[in-house]
Amino acid sequence: MNIWNFILSHFNYWAYIILMFIGLYGMIIKNNLIKKIIGMSIFQSAIILFYISTAVKLKGGIPILKTGGHGSFGHNPINIAEYMNPIPHVLMLTAIVVSVATLGVALALAIKIYRNYETLEEDEIREKISTEYFSEN
Amino acid sequence: MKTTGKIIIFLCMAVFLYQTSDFPKWGDENSPASLHLSPYYILNTIKDTHVPNIVTSILADYRGFDTMFETTVVFSAGLACFFLLRRKSPKKKFKYYRHTPTGITLKIENNKKLSDEKSKVFREIDSLWTPLDPIIKTTCRFIIPFIQIFAFYVLAHGHYSPGGGFQGGVIFAATIILFAVSRNLTAAIKWISEKIASLLSAVGVLIYVGTAALCIIAGRLFLDYSALAPIFGTDEIMARSDGIFAVEIGVAIAVATVMTWIYYNLSSSGQHDEGL
Repeated sequence: MNIWNFILSHFNYWAYIILMFIGLYGMIIKNNLIKKIIGMSIFQSAIILFYISTAVKLKGGIPILKTGGHGSFGHNPINIAEYMNPIPHVLMLTAIVVSVATLGVALALAIKIYRNYETLEEDEIREKISTEYFSEN
Repeated sequence: MKTTGKIIIFLCMAVFLYQTSDFPKWGDENSPASLHLSPYYILNTIKDTHVPNIVTSILADYRGFDTMFETTVVFSAGLACFFLLRRKSPKKKFKYYRHTPTGITLKIENNKKLSDEKSKVFREIDSLWTPLDPIIKTTCRFIIPFIQIFAFYVLAHGHYSPGGGFQGGVIFAATIILFAVSRNLTAAIKWISEKIASLLSAVGVLIYVGTAALCIIAGRLFLDYSALAPIFGTDEIMARSDGIFAVEIGVAIAVATVMTWIYYNLSSSGQHDEGL
């Protein structure tokens, strides 16, 4: 039953790794810029899920201290195992908002590229850039 | 080229999957990540800041610098979208007006105007596909104030329940985007104009940095809110809690307005006339 235990306690990591490489696949193999951006977004979600899963404790609840009303905590000793690790939550909280903002910038760049070259396919853009370059020189 | 990429990806994936055998078990309370720093935060957050929500106290107090620069990153992302996309919209040739109860649409040249009695019943619409959607409009008009109240609740109650500046700001921005989707972009811009959005996003960052700089003026370190005790009229530990709240307000304003600003620029590709 050792292998069964190993699978049960590690299959979450496998899910994130598969998700992460789906994102990486989109980023380096797809030709369309929007698909690349979608891949980047999937990659980010995989990282965020991975961080959140490191915070989990089996007997732990959310990282908010239980209080018996205003100001009446502190006499009961705080049991660390009852609360999840708050640091990954903090890091990912800001990372989610920043990832949305950077996604906006990436889409803006895609719009700008489409305005200039009238295509979002990477090879066509490269072709257009090289023909422009050679016609100038 | 493609096959090389696929081979590289599968090799990397195999290596990563093999390495998971060294990772701690799922839900292990003695995993290295939760042994060193987090026990201090869990045990001392009440003593240091009077904030039961450990995430909030770390976000705005223990790791205040991190959050300050994250807010700056969000602000500069809004600026980047503006500088990349914004341009003057070309003059439209025709404008379209619709009589809402009957669905009759008028197409009018741009330099001419509707007569006064007509302009009372005819509404300007986008020139692209705009179906008649009274259900969506009415539902959104009904639901938006409640979502906004919830956004303020999430912001103000972030000390005691899940929530805070980022979440409240994003929920508030969602109401503005919902309004823009249910009516049209011009209506949303009339409500919260680009000028207000851009100014408020700077003001949000300024509130954060200003609160932190006030601590220097009061004679302590940057971001040490306990220096603000005489201003808030409380003891030093409660002043930290109040300082966290001031900072969260700044974050919420910045995030909400930057999200709407990015939406305005992206949805109309910088022309601010018609969009999703």
